[in-house]
Amino acid sequence: MGTMTRGRSLALRWGVQVAMALPLAILVGRWLMMAGGVSPLDAGLTAEPVAETINRLGLWALRALWLALAITPLRRLTGWAWLAPWRRPLGLWAFAYGCIHLLVYFVLDQGAAFDLLWADVVKHRFILLGMATWLMLLPLALTSTRASIRRLGGRRWQALHRLVYPAGGAAAIHFILRVKGFQIEPWIYAGLLLTLLGMRMVPRRRIKV
Amino acid sequence: MLIRNPNPHHPTEAEATAEGHYWNRRAIVAGMVGVGLLPSSVLSAGEEPALARLVAKRTRDAGEPATSYENVKHYNNFYEFGFGKEDPSRNAGRLRTHPWTVKVDGLVAKPGVVDIDRLTRLFPLEERVYRHRCVEAWSMVIPWTGFPLAALLKMVEPLSNARYVAFETLHDPSQMPGQRTRSLQWPYVEGLRMDEAMHPLTFMALGLYGRVLPNQNGAPLRLVVPWKYGFKSIKSIVRIRLVDRQPPTSWNLTAPDEYGFFANVNPAVDHPRWTQSRERRIGDWLPRRTLPFNGYADDVAGLYRGMNLVRNF
Repeated sequence: MGTMTRGRSLALRWGVQVAMALPLAILVGRWLMMAGGVSPLDAGLTAEPVAETINRLGLWALRALWLALAITPLRRLTGWAWLAPWRRPLGLWAFAYGCIHLLVYFVLDQGAAFDLLWADVVKHRFILLGMATWLMLLPLALTSTRASIRRLGGRRWQALHRLVYPAGGAAAIHFILRVKGFQIEPWIYAGLLLTLLGMRMVPRRRIKV
Repeated sequence: MLIRNPNPHHPTEAEATAEGHYWNRRAIVAGMVGVGLLPSSVLSAGEEPALARLVAKRTRDAGEPATSYENVKHYNNFYEFGFGKEDPSRNAGRLRTHPWTVKVDGLVAKPGVVDIDRLTRLFPLEERVYRHRCVEAWSMVIPWTGFPLAALLKMVEPLSNARYVAFETLHDPSQMPGQRTRSLQWPYVEGLRMDEAMHPLTFMALGLYGRVLPNQNGAPLRLVVPWKYGFKSIKSIVRIRLVDRQPPTSWNLTAPDEYGFFANVNPAVDHPRWTQSRERRIGDWLPRRTLPFNGYADDVAGLYRGMNLVRNF
């Protein structure tokens, strides 16, 4: 049950990469349609394509992060060791989507003006939390290699990578604060995060190799 | 008849929409001067009939890109039909706007219930090209067809103790699925101070782009207050009540620290969660600076003389 052939493992690993790249590819495709003269509405990006793009990128950053956080609880519940290699690529995809999310916001929403960005970060909790999420994910992405584990030492590396939990919390609150009034979707994401963190309290099962 | 009121503070016609969108032949009923000349059956038909024969347009360079009719129809906040910007255009088709009556009561000498068809014949229809600024920091430019709210209020003869005007949207969860959620307290309610309501810029819209209002844009009757954030411009109105105390307003009830009663467009007062100093005009790529009172300061700033606009946001 916990074992998997090398070929299937490789296929699954590539499957994760393709699945995570697909939303970005679709988004790029829609922008290329607009560059070719198709209206944003017809390109499927609403009448406000910049805001829609920022929102979609943010959502995929959240989804990838939540999936990365789901790996360990799932392994504990099922004993499936073959899930382990998915955690790093999912975490890196979360960071990649977060980077593009931030980049589009900075360039197209803030007009690439650092003073406006700084004012937004300082004055608005919602932006501050988004920036805090990105800053917490940055060292995790930079130290995601095996060489980093060796350089930092296992214990220190693990302690650093626990930043993923406050990063997830900040991301969830960032989403809640983004919307006007009470909307259910951000709370579903927050609930999922709490569930995933709660599942970590479940006693470990012996991992089947 | 159709009256065009030019105003130096209004966006110019060229700013409003591309001519090709405006002169959509399917929507123009030749020789028609007002909705009063059309039977009700035409109003509920699939085609959106013109509210009036369109005046020949002078094209001037506005220095701003247009907001297309398609964008205005497909990018809306109307939580009665869902949270997404495209939800209203998808879900509002089920709203029956005929028959429709508007109750006008409260502190008035002549209360009454007005049928929407009669309402379109009561006052000369005007076309007004207004900026529309959402509290979410996006904006549009829209040519509305309708009449000044003041005309309707004068007709019912407000009593001397009437200080505010309260508005109410239809409450019918069977037609408005968003009302089955608890996102807001339903029905949606709004209010204006009497001097704001009587101001010549305050408008009751029956149409846009020379056509009957699409359901998602607040059919069959909506308020348009161009110097305030869009949530003040209540849609699908069924009741207008004159009162002596400040009436409750939906977004203020939901989040009083974020949405004030006045809701004047003010670039100097940020929303607690985002800046109001900039906005994105639908159709533009980069943000632009937001103007005080949405560019209508010369007309309306006097209404708030001596008021603290930070506290009274």
